[in-house]
Amino acid sequence: MNKDIFVLGIETSCDETAASVVKNGTEIISNVVASQIESHKRFGGVVPEIASRHHVEQITIVIEEALQQADLTPVQLSAVAVTEGPGLVGALLVGVNAAKAFAFAHGLPLVGVHHIAGHIYANRLEQEMEFPLLSLVISGGHTELILMKEHGDFKVIGETRDDAAGEAYDKVARTLNLPYPGGPHIDRLAHQSIEAVDFPRIWLEEGSYDFSFSGLKSSVLNYMHNMKQRGETPVPEAVAAGFQNSVVEVVTEKTLRAAREYCVKQVIAAGGVAANKGLRRSLTETFEKENIPFFIPPLPLCTDNAAMIAAAGTVMFEKGLIGDMAMNGRPGMPLNSWI
Amino acid sequence: MILGIDTSNSPLAIALVRDDTVLIEETQNLKINHSLTAMPAVEELMKKAKIAPGDLTRIVAAEGPGSYTGVRIGLTIAKTLAWSLKIPLTTVSSLKVLAANGQGFNGMVCPVMDARRGTAFTALYDGRNLETVISDRHSDFKTFLEQVHTHGWPVLFTGIDLEIHRPLIEEILGDLAHFAPFQNRLPRASNLIALAAGEEVKEVHHTVPEYRRITEAEANLAKMDEGQSR
Ligand SMILES: [Zn+2]
Repeated sequence: MNKDIFVLGIETSCDETAASVVKNGTEIISNVVASQIESHKRFGGVVPEIASRHHVEQITIVIEEALQQADLTPVQLSAVAVTEGPGLVGALLVGVNAAKAFAFAHGLPLVGVHHIAGHIYANRLEQEMEFPLLSLVISGGHTELILMKEHGDFKVIGETRDDAAGEAYDKVARTLNLPYPGGPHIDRLAHQSIEAVDFPRIWLEEGSYDFSFSGLKSSVLNYMHNMKQRGETPVPEAVAAGFQNSVVEVVTEKTLRAAREYCVKQVIAAGGVAANKGLRRSLTETFEKENIPFFIPPLPLCTDNAAMIAAAGTVMFEKGLIGDMAMNGRPGMPLNSWI
Repeated sequence: MILGIDTSNSPLAIALVRDDTVLIEETQNLKINHSLTAMPAVEELMKKAKIAPGDLTRIVAAEGPGSYTGVRIGLTIAKTLAWSLKIPLTTVSSLKVLAANGQGFNGMVCPVMDARRGTAFTALYDGRNLETVISDRHSDFKTFLEQVHTHGWPVLFTGIDLEIHRPLIEEILGDLAHFAPFQNRLPRASNLIALAAGEEVKEVHHTVPEYRRITEAEANLAKMDEGQSR
C-alpha cells in the first residue's frame, strides 16, 4: 500500500494569506485563509503594497494554524506547494520566500504552482476529474476556457482580450456606487430586478472562444452618463441585471460551444466569479440540459485559498516537478503543461 | 550558531557566527533580486560551513527601513526559519547596521538610504557606542541635515547612496562632514549579528518590518480626508 501524501499549500498571490494541508491531492485536512478585504475596502480595490505588508504579518500565523488544525508536524509532510505566479509580485514574494525557508528548514521538496492550475484543481477536492475536461476560470484577474486531456495538460482555448470578468464587475459596481468588491452586490441587485437594461453581447469573431468585457463596461458607463444628461435617474437594479445578463449569456454560450466541440466528459468552473449566483444557475441549467456533468466547488474553494494550491501541487509532486531555493515569484507566469 | 541576514537594500549580507567567531560571511552589491538569490545564498553558505538548519540557534534579521520589498524578503525568510526551527529571532535597525561601519568615530554617524524626491531614510548614532541620537526616520534630507548642523557635531556619513547626497551634505555641514571610505558603506551581517546581542528576542508571528513610512495609498487617503474635513 502506498503511503499517504500530505502537502502543505501556501497562497499569497493577491489579498488572501492562506495555508492548507491536503491529503493525497483530494482531501482537505485543514484550510486557513486570512482575508484582507476589510483593509482594501477603503481604497476601493486591492492596494499591492498594503497586501504585501499584510502577508508578512500573517504568513507564519496562517501556516502554523494550518499545521495545528491538521494535527501534523512538518516531518509528516511530503512536500510544500506554493503559488509561484501569476499575481501581485510583492505579494507572491512573501509566500514564495516563506515556502522556501520552510522547505529548507525541514528538508522538504518545494513545488511551485500556477495560480490558475490551483483554481482548476480545487475541483479535485470535491470529485475526481474526468478527461477531456473543460474548465472555465473566471475571477477578478482571469477569464479563460482551458481544455485538459489529462492531468497537467492545459490548453487555453479562449481568454479575455481586455478586462477580466471580475474586473468589469468591480468597475460597473463603482459607477453604481456599490462598495468593493462589487461582484456580490451586482449579483444581489440583479436578482431584485424584473426589468433589465438591454446591453450588447460581445461575441467577437465567429467561432472564437475569447472574451471581451471592456466594450460592455463602456456601454454601461455610457448608459449611466446619457441618463444623467437627460436628467433621468438610472435604476441600479435594472442596470445590474442588464450587465449581468450580458456577461452570463456570453460566458454560458461560449462554454457550452467549447464543451460540444471538444466532446468533454466534464465541465468545471473555478475562480471568484464562479461564486456568482446568476452565472452558477445559468451554467448548471445549461449543462443539465446538455447532459454533461458540471461542477462548481463550494464558495470557499472558488475564491483564493491554499487547498487548491496543495491539490495541484500534489499532482506536480507525484510527477517529480520539484523546484529549488532559486524559485522566484513570477507575476506573469504562463500556464504551461506539466506533461 | 547564529544566522544573520540583511536584504533591506540592493546589497545582500549574510553571515554565520558561532561563539563570537565569524564562520563565513558574504556581502554582495550586485543589484540582484533578493527573492531569487537570498535563500540560495543562505543554502550555499551553510553548506560551505557544513551547518545544517538544525544547527542554527538564533536568527538575526535587519528590520528596515529600506526597500519595502527587500526588507520583506529578509524578514519573511528570518521569521519563517525562526518559527520553523523553533529558535529565537532578533531584529536590528537596517540603518544601525550601516552605522556600525563608523563605529569608533569620535562624533556622530549618519547612515543614509536614498528614498527619492530629496528624501532619505536616515538616523544619527553616536560613533563611540552606537547609541541612538536621532531615531530612524524618513525625512526630507535637507531639513534633516539643517537640524543636525545646529548641534555642531562632526558627522561621518555612510551608506551606498552617499554620493547622491554628497553635494548637499557638503553644502550644509561643510568641514563637519566626513565620508566613510567606499569599503565601509555596505551593510555587513557580522555587524548585524553583533548589534543583535543588545536586542530583545522578538515574538516571531508579530514581527513586522519597520518601514518608517506609510504607503502612498494611505498618504493619499489621509490627504483626501483632510481636504474633506476643511
Ligand atoms: Zn484566484
